Amino acid sequence: MVNVIIEVSKYLMILLMAVYTYLNFSYFRYREEWGQKRVCRRQNVAMFLMHFVAYLILYLKSEDERVALFYLAQVVFLGAYIGLYQIFYRNLTRILVNNMCMLLCVSWIMMTRLSLDKALRQFVIVALAALVTWVIPFIMDRVWQLSRIPWVYAFLGLACLIIVWMVGNNSYGAQLSVSMGGFSLQPSEFVKISFVFFVATMFYRSVDFRTVAVTTVMAAAHVLVLVLSKDLGSALIFFVTYLSMLFVATGNWFYLLAGSLGGCGASVLAYGLFVHVRTRVAAWRNPWADIDNRGYQITQSLFAIGTGGWFGMGLFQGMPYKIPVVEKDFVFAAISEELGGIFAVCVLLICLGCFLQFMMVAVRMQALFYKLIAFGLGMEYIIQVFLTVGGVIKFIPSTGVTLPLISYGGSSALSTFIMFGVVQGLYILKRNDEEDYEESEA
Amino acid sequence: MKKARPDAQPNKSILFFTYLIAGVFACMIGYFGYFLQFRGENVINNSYNARLDRFADRIVRGELLSNDGRVLARTDTGEDGTERRVYPYGSLFAHGIGYSDHGKTGLESLANFYLLTSHINLAERTFNELSNVKNIGDNVITTLDVDLQQAASDALGERRGAVVVMEPDTGKVLAVVSKPGFDPNTLDSDWDALISGDNTNAQLLNRAFQGLYPPGSTFKIIIMLEYIRENPDTWRDFTFDCDGLYEQGEYTISCYHGNAHGHQNLEQAFANSCNGAFAALGLQMSPGGVHDLAEQLLFNGELPLSLAYSKSSFTMNEGADTWEILQTSIGQGNTQMTPVHNAMLTAAIANGGVLMKPYLVERVENAAGEEIKRFLPEAYGNLLTAAEADTLAELMRRVVTEGTGSAVRTDAYEVAGKTGSAEFEYGRETHAWFTGFAPAEDPQIVVTVVVEEAGSGGQVAAPVARSIFDTYFAR
Ligand SMILES: [Zn+2]
Repeated sequence: MVNVIIEVSKYLMILLMAVYTYLNFSYFRYREEWGQKRVCRRQNVAMFLMHFVAYLILYLKSEDERVALFYLAQVVFLGAYIGLYQIFYRNLTRILVNNMCMLLCVSWIMMTRLSLDKALRQFVIVALAALVTWVIPFIMDRVWQLSRIPWVYAFLGLACLIIVWMVGNNSYGAQLSVSMGGFSLQPSEFVKISFVFFVATMFYRSVDFRTVAVTTVMAAAHVLVLVLSKDLGSALIFFVTYLSMLFVATGNWFYLLAGSLGGCGASVLAYGLFVHVRTRVAAWRNPWADIDNRGYQITQSLFAIGTGGWFGMGLFQGMPYKIPVVEKDFVFAAISEELGGIFAVCVLLICLGCFLQFMMVAVRMQALFYKLIAFGLGMEYIIQVFLTVGGVIKFIPSTGVTLPLISYGGSSALSTFIMFGVVQGLYILKRNDEEDYEESEA
Repeated sequence: MKKARPDAQPNKSILFFTYLIAGVFACMIGYFGYFLQFRGENVINNSYNARLDRFADRIVRGELLSNDGRVLARTDTGEDGTERRVYPYGSLFAHGIGYSDHGKTGLESLANFYLLTSHINLAERTFNELSNVKNIGDNVITTLDVDLQQAASDALGERRGAVVVMEPDTGKVLAVVSKPGFDPNTLDSDWDALISGDNTNAQLLNRAFQGLYPPGSTFKIIIMLEYIRENPDTWRDFTFDCDGLYEQGEYTISCYHGNAHGHQNLEQAFANSCNGAFAALGLQMSPGGVHDLAEQLLFNGELPLSLAYSKSSFTMNEGADTWEILQTSIGQGNTQMTPVHNAMLTAAIANGGVLMKPYLVERVENAAGEEIKRFLPEAYGNLLTAAEADTLAELMRRVVTEGTGSAVRTDAYEVAGKTGSAEFEYGRETHAWFTGFAPAEDPQIVVTVVVEEAGSGGQVAAPVARSIFDTYFAR
């Protein structure tokens, strides 16, 4: 009987997810505020229904009261987050808040399915992150000094990366994190943000050749330290983000082309120089040749995705735990296996929707400083999504980065919350400005 | 300060990247969809995918059927719900069908995904789910032919060896015989003895796909082709006087049992399998050229096969010494080949140079007999030109009409083929080979036979092929 409920609920969840995703894009059709608000309310309904169905299954299958309590805690959190944000920040982009909540729902569902303990820990971290980052829009509105301290961002960020490189814990051959009093921190997640602030402040001051040269040297230093730490995914994110910010600031095609060529050259060099790069590329090109070792993770991921098909196996019907580090780098495979390929594509589209929101904010901001921040953070976010999902489905070689807001991990959750908070702050700033302007006109 | 100069350029750049990212994501989602729709099934049907075993909790494994619908493997469910895999033909299909209880081999492995997927109608499926009854998995109709398999197995008898029968124009594999075999019904109780270190019979090995044998005189087909390619206009002018022993410096190559063939042109030398003539021929050719041709003909490489197989090997190359050239030219030396590979080369010759990918799964049906999926013939590519294929076919026909292949000479149908007697250890009887097809003018069936340590190809292997041809053309 439970099998039938799982089977039916599987399709129901896909349907609700598809409706939510559709609303996400239909949002752009509405110019008037009431239309947008109606879309957002419908999204909330779809999300809470999907969340409920998923936890009903999780509860039926696990028969653990903690799951039910956990569900209630999540509902309280989501309700409070959505509600309070609206009350305190009148002019926010609700759709971005909704998307964050939806991605968090997907994350909690998969984490609960994989390991309730980890899910609980992740929930606590997310709740704290939400609380801390709550004030960011408020700060953004008042602290214009943020644009005056480029070298603080640069050297603080670089110092963090160097520390990780020197004393970092080794996980899967890369130095990613440092341990402090029982907590493991992944500084590169936060350096991503300081890096964007650094580049934005520099280019806000000037885009003359000297500034560009100095900024490029600092950016290259970041990338180099990450490569030395064997954190290729982050190195790639930093590199592409810098290049695109440079292009937005200067509009100079020469910089973009030279940078792209330089990046290709560096990739070839890295391929020749580092064994672990060659290993990853070999595992990507033909994982079946070494299915027991190097190809194991990616082939297990493909088995999961392929076996799940378009509609998924249903929660608890697959074997996502067969994939090494499934809750981090390969969570997308677990989603695809149990919730279905359609559901997974919806998750991707929601991520893309977040990116579009970031870009809309970037386009609307007047000051180049703000523009670059919104754009840079958006690029970092979407490149990370691309690298992790592309790696999981064997579209590109795996680079070992996580899926923001969905993968297990505190640093990533907190830094993503900061990113979204900053962009939310920019949006609110802009809207408040517009209102002031309209009032003074009237 | 907040209201800086309005500037359209950064926004253009931002839009540029927005479209770029959207495009990249469209490609990625497209790839993901392509994988799910078209690649997924092939990928997940892998013995490393533990997920398929879980399917068995909810699905009764489907049946494997012969090409005319006879049951080759089925699952019986007892009163108490225990399931048992039954193989009605016992050891007859042991290597082609394989087994599913000690790991999976053969078609049991190849078709695992289909056997564990149910396509019975939705209402019945839902009803079964509700009442906690397992659904019936799909049936897989193979290309295997019971009569040909039986004929091949009977003809081989108790001798060790292998037979492959296939259709040259489709690639359908009609029979796979490997002796000695085993009975998959009693695999559980026989298992320890079968894998014991004292067991030298290697019953579990599929000799047809995995057995490596020196090709002997069947390799003269390839030497012949290389000679024709190197001397397209003059190859028919080659002559050789055979006194049974061919001496080249300190080395001697003898014809089978030291028979003297007398004056031979190249067609006769091929038909009579004159070792001396081919050894002399080999010395006139470039060893590197033979190496390249062998690799074009899939030596040292992957074969387009879905069942487990061994790679054939060919090592002679530019700079080889005289002895190696002499040996390699008559199919001895280091050259090693599987029977299925030999069958594939013969099939390409019979099919105008085009190799069709060999396949064993014809179609998938649900338990009610409705077709779910059908597999169509697929070309692998041209191994040789149509003209070369015609020439070789004509030469192989003469092997039967005038040479060593007299055992398959009959008025009922016309066979073209090549025999081989491969030495593998000094002082022991040769492995007997025959590979050929019929009818010579319009080939419908390819038969490749190897009988281990049994004598000459013409006397031992060709008669096995004869009884398979007889069975095929009797209907
Ligand atoms: Zn001779």
